[in-house]
Amino acid sequence: MSGVLVVLEHRNGAWARMSWEAIAAAGQLAQICGGNVYTAALGGELGALSAEAASHGGAKLHTLEHAQLAQYTPEGYTLALEELIRKHQPAWVVFAHTYRTRDFAPRLATRFQQVLIADVISLRGEDGAPVFVRQMMQGKLNADYRKTGDGPGFVSVQAGAFREEVSSSTAAIEPFAVTLDAGQIRTKPGEPFRESAQTVDLGAASLIVSVGRGIKEQDNIPVVQELADALGAELAASRPICDNGWLPMERQVGSSGQTVAPKLYLAVGISGAIQHLVGMKGSKSIVAINKDENAPIFEVADYGIVGDLFEIVPALTEAVRKAKGA
Amino acid sequence: MKIVVAIKQVPVRDTNVRIDASGKWIDEADLEFEINEPDAYALEEALQLKDEHGGEVIALCAGPEHAGSMIREALAKGADRAIHIECDDLGSLDTLGVAQRLAAAVKAENPDLILTGLQSDDLGLGQTGVVMAELLGIPHSTIIMHVAVDGAAIKVKRELEDGWFQQIEMPLPALLTIQSGIHRLRYATLMGIKKAKTKEVKKLTPAELGAAPAAAITVERIYAPEKKKQTQILKGSPQETAAQLVEKLKYEVRVI
Repeated sequence: MSGVLVVLEHRNGAWARMSWEAIAAAGQLAQICGGNVYTAALGGELGALSAEAASHGGAKLHTLEHAQLAQYTPEGYTLALEELIRKHQPAWVVFAHTYRTRDFAPRLATRFQQVLIADVISLRGEDGAPVFVRQMMQGKLNADYRKTGDGPGFVSVQAGAFREEVSSSTAAIEPFAVTLDAGQIRTKPGEPFRESAQTVDLGAASLIVSVGRGIKEQDNIPVVQELADALGAELAASRPICDNGWLPMERQVGSSGQTVAPKLYLAVGISGAIQHLVGMKGSKSIVAINKDENAPIFEVADYGIVGDLFEIVPALTEAVRKAKGA
Repeated sequence: MKIVVAIKQVPVRDTNVRIDASGKWIDEADLEFEINEPDAYALEEALQLKDEHGGEVIALCAGPEHAGSMIREALAKGADRAIHIECDDLGSLDTLGVAQRLAAAVKAENPDLILTGLQSDDLGLGQTGVVMAELLGIPHSTIIMHVAVDGAAIKVKRELEDGWFQQIEMPLPALLTIQSGIHRLRYATLMGIKKAKTKEVKKLTPAELGAAPAAAITVERIYAPEKKKQTQILKGSPQETAAQLVEKLKYEVRVI
């Protein structure tokens, strides 16, 4: 058993960039445990996607093409990858930590009596074996994980945690014939759809004021709206605010909402759960206002104010208005 | 329709957690616990399905004695009965070990539908539901925003990234992991709280559910994350910090 297998992901005819980050993580892992990096692509007919994937490196690209893989299903992916892993016996299997990986990878790992080490942010070698770092308690603590069981290890890596590398080599494409029949697949997926046309493009905003649970109730939203207006910023929110219907879903920043990278991201009453941070940590400047000095948002903030947002935000709005008027 | 909801207790959000003497887990003394938020939404979905289609909702929890208060609350909100796998050894188990225990308890109930939250607020591995589905040999779907029952099948709305969704159909029995925010959460009524006192909580021991497998992954150490970024904390009264921040926004960030 050797080598590291990376399961690549494509959606709507394009590769997910996170797949290349997963290849980078696999490269680090192969440095520690030895062996080559291999990649795997699944689909109905991959067409030009294969050559593009191969150009991102690895010793070999296994292409798994089957009519039952044309649309993603957890059963189809689990069965096909189980067959590939049993045949080639990699020491490690690496995924990008996407919604799709979260949907099927735990099931696949269970087939091998293993547990997916999910949402890893870094890895290192210790005594010749890999140690994986992942966050817990909503990002307040880190934890070092090791694999203790026999059999292949399964790891998924967080978006942005590993830097995509330019590959100097091209993988040899090797088709892998999978045996699947329709009867094995019980879930029937429909076409992906969007709820309503997105009218707010937060991705294009250069200034964003974003609000989280700390605002306490819907009636308090104007407190941050006024600050956004004073700055000329778009108003955004973390998931719970949109879940409660206090702001429309299209203003949500995070893994299930929009990914933004404005010049200024001013987070008000947002603790900074991982799902939120992945959507905004690329911002040029981050300001956090929060009552809890240990909130994970301060890990990514350039400027922080610890205190009561209901005192600070109105004072800030006033100061911004004054500075702009002057 | 018979629905099992797997729920978990986690430390209250925004509490300051300390690392215990072993360095492998948090110090649970003096901590307050609450239901894992996504699990609260899974319970709500189960109760709404029962309101609509009738049947039974069974709350299932593997956890220490103090999880009993959360179980009573689930009963007060409307769950018909509960199963509490009393155990203090969750820290020594990995996801597979926990899921095996839960799956063994579920099997005896033979439900039509199993619901749980998409992930826990403490470990955040987000796998227990999916692993249970595999152990039980039933179809599953994750990060669910809507459930419609149609006879022996269900149609669910699954959340994808970047504001996309997808409808998925599957036969029952099935397992779903529920996304937070699927419905407004209900409060327990006074009548509900009264009734909960007489509802059945079946206690099981881990031994009754079969031996846990050796852990496939283990936590070696937990620690506060190292700060990667130098954060300038602005201090003073609200007016003073506001004035300092405006200076920064003007001369360093250059957005005013």
